[in-house]
Amino acid sequence: MDRLPQWADVFLIPLISVLIAFAISGLVIVGIGEDPVVAVQTMISGALGSTYGWGYTLYYATNFIFTGLAVSVAFHARLFNIGGEGQALLGGLGVALVCLAVDWPHWLVALPVAMIAGALFGAAWAAVPAYLQAKRGSHIVITTIMFNFIAAALLNYVLVNHLKPPRAQDPSSARFPSGTNLPTFQDMFSTAETTLFRGAPVNITFFIALIACLLVWLLIWRTKLGYQIRSYGQSEPAAIYAGISPVRITMIAMLISGGLAGMMAINNVMGEAEKLVLNAVEGAGFIGIAVALMGRNHPVGVILAGFLFGFLVQGGAELQFTTSIPRDLIVVIQALVILFTGALDNMVRIPLAKLFTRKGGA
Amino acid sequence: MTAVENQGQPSSAAPAIELKGISKAFGPVQANKDISIRVMPGTVHGIIGENGAGKSTLMSILFGFYKADAGEIFINGNLTQIPDSQAAISAGIGMVFQHFKLVQNFTVLENVILGTEDGAMLRTSLSKARTELERLSEEYELHVDPDELIEELSVGHQQRVEILKALYRKAEILILDEPTGVLTPAEADHLFRILDNLRAEGKTIILITHKLREIMHITDTVSVMRRGEMTATVKTAETSPEELAELMVGRKVLLRVDKAPAKPGKPILEVSNLQVTDEDGVKRLKGIDLHVRAGEILGIAGVSGNGQSALLHVLGGVTQATGEVKINGTPLPLTGPKANGRTRREAGISHVPEDRHREGLILEFSAWENMAFGYHHDPAYQSGLLMNNKAIREDTVKKMELFDVRPPIPTISAKSFSGGNQQKLVLAREIERDPDLLLVGQPTRGVDIGAIEFIHQQLIELRDSGKAILLVSVELDEIMSLSDRIAVMFDGKIMGERLPSETNETELGLLMAGMSGEAA
Repeated sequence: MDRLPQWADVFLIPLISVLIAFAISGLVIVGIGEDPVVAVQTMISGALGSTYGWGYTLYYATNFIFTGLAVSVAFHARLFNIGGEGQALLGGLGVALVCLAVDWPHWLVALPVAMIAGALFGAAWAAVPAYLQAKRGSHIVITTIMFNFIAAALLNYVLVNHLKPPRAQDPSSARFPSGTNLPTFQDMFSTAETTLFRGAPVNITFFIALIACLLVWLLIWRTKLGYQIRSYGQSEPAAIYAGISPVRITMIAMLISGGLAGMMAINNVMGEAEKLVLNAVEGAGFIGIAVALMGRNHPVGVILAGFLFGFLVQGGAELQFTTSIPRDLIVVIQALVILFTGALDNMVRIPLAKLFTRKGGA
Repeated sequence: MTAVENQGQPSSAAPAIELKGISKAFGPVQANKDISIRVMPGTVHGIIGENGAGKSTLMSILFGFYKADAGEIFINGNLTQIPDSQAAISAGIGMVFQHFKLVQNFTVLENVILGTEDGAMLRTSLSKARTELERLSEEYELHVDPDELIEELSVGHQQRVEILKALYRKAEILILDEPTGVLTPAEADHLFRILDNLRAEGKTIILITHKLREIMHITDTVSVMRRGEMTATVKTAETSPEELAELMVGRKVLLRVDKAPAKPGKPILEVSNLQVTDEDGVKRLKGIDLHVRAGEILGIAGVSGNGQSALLHVLGGVTQATGEVKINGTPLPLTGPKANGRTRREAGISHVPEDRHREGLILEFSAWENMAFGYHHDPAYQSGLLMNNKAIREDTVKKMELFDVRPPIPTISAKSFSGGNQQKLVLAREIERDPDLLLVGQPTRGVDIGAIEFIHQQLIELRDSGKAILLVSVELDEIMSLSDRIAVMFDGKIMGERLPSETNETELGLLMAGMSGEAA
């Protein structure tokens, strides 16, 4: 009954869902008395019309790819990790501590250490809810949500009381030494004649995110561990029958998930802000859930969905800048995209499946 | 082929149900092809066929879940449209599904009136229903406590509630879909008594099953379905199980198992004083002692829920226990992290679990991914850090061929195979590991007759190659025909051990009910 070709499942359904979400967003824009065509033009030119716009879109996409991957890995073990936000915050703390610890000679030396620190801090933050789930059966959704609040409070405390330079007004850490500054796309792709990506925060982390996608794909579909994670995610009784330990898989999947979320910090903390600021993650942890949902928990899907949400955030900022459409509308568009790709999946799927079977049957 | 019309029924009365030329297709799959049957009032009509033959589709059409592409339905001689189940109910049709549709935390009474409450207040409906329920219970031996919660009831009693629900809605025609699949033999017998009473009262019953014994036991007429077509309708008294099996499968089927006497060797499995307490603190096993030798099948008979599952789970490393289990003389860990399915497999134990959907297979995984399930540590399946998917696929192709799994395509998901072929996948995976001991639970549950024959042959072959087999089954026939020794379990204990040649179903039935005829 619900047989769909894979390409339709992976590409067509999300595409149709996004188009419906955009169509309704257009109606909302008309409703507030603005011109939807202008809005779309503004968003596209703002996000994709210049290397500057691309630079922001890809910067946001990098964040979302990391958190999207984090949610995906956990989800393959049927663990709903809502704690990407907190894990990324803690990852930022780890990255900041590493960057401030030594006067790093070169970013090539600092980056691997910062990555490890970010991943370790993120994983450690995921470890407690994971342990509580594995050993005590405390629901991971609840505990990871709570840990987001704890992480935010903890970061507040650490920044204000320990990392803030004395007499500074701003609750942020000292600026990282220049030896930790990551090469941006502007550094990498500009030539003597033309400057590309001027001032945009996108940096080398984007490529690390793509490598992370490849590694996650290998992990999930090509390794024994990934096989065990997927088996456990599909059926716990079957996994136990096969000798796969639920406690072990829950812990490992959540540690990898938290580590990926934590690694996001090399993009926003080390790559962009170059210091640790309050609320550095800016909701990327939550958008990661939508990215994973829309990307069907597959790294390629996560890249595409991450890019879409990067576009929405950057285009939305531009919308607010140049038109009188409030930025909140972008939240509405994002919500509609999530609603249609995640919650209302069957609304598109069932009619589409009928269409395909009719074609196949005739 | 066209349907054979029912003959010899009294022609004066109109048939309670008559289907004419019913066809239904799902996309390219023709689930029902030009089906016609007539069922006379006051009779039990059986419909048999293998899984996927179209029985359930036909009944879903009759109950208004699907709309037929073509054909007509007559109830008591009147052309009737059944667009939804509400229409079916008002036409006097009641259906008892294989999986009950009851609200677990409602009482029996509340479940019975669900959907038929009249007025805003429940009290009047409830008291009216209570009187009616009492009358029905008396009349048809359908005894259940109206104030008991559904979740407190045994499966057999839950089924009675379903029947009561249908009768309360004034059903004259009762459709039962695989009603005995979940019942113990005693419960099944009681169900048949109820059906007898209903028939005596003039109700019409359609019984869907794949168990030939039940057909022979209770029905007046029987229709056979194969691949969406009605291949024959015959009077039960004028047919035989062999003939029906042949009509179902389309070829001659061996109903008895052909086997040579066992040549048992040294003990492979030795179990002493095995005890299991589950999470709720209930003792599932109360000191089990048994052994299985090389080259023999030990059959564990018993009504389901008397500790057989716990026994398989402990031996397969799924649950923890106390006591002693030795395999080839070496004790197995029964507690701690070492007591798991992986160490059991390494010790030479393969395990075909009772529930292939819950444990034996990952339904969403492809056949080849399932072939590695439990054996994913096998060095032959690895290449460096990654799994060698190509090697697993090749291995799967080989094993699918050996066990005649159809279709022999390793890339399709396990859920797309029929029950019999799913079971063959599990058996291929476990038997081809050449285990010293094979644990088998319900090897032919929900499996087509043709596949049953094949699976039994495979088990006998494994035995003849000198392996030990521990067989758990609730099908007494299966235990009797496969086992070399039979141990009967009741309430977590072994009530006694018998040789199949020196016992009979009556004696085993008594042991299964916890009555030991002698001090064993």
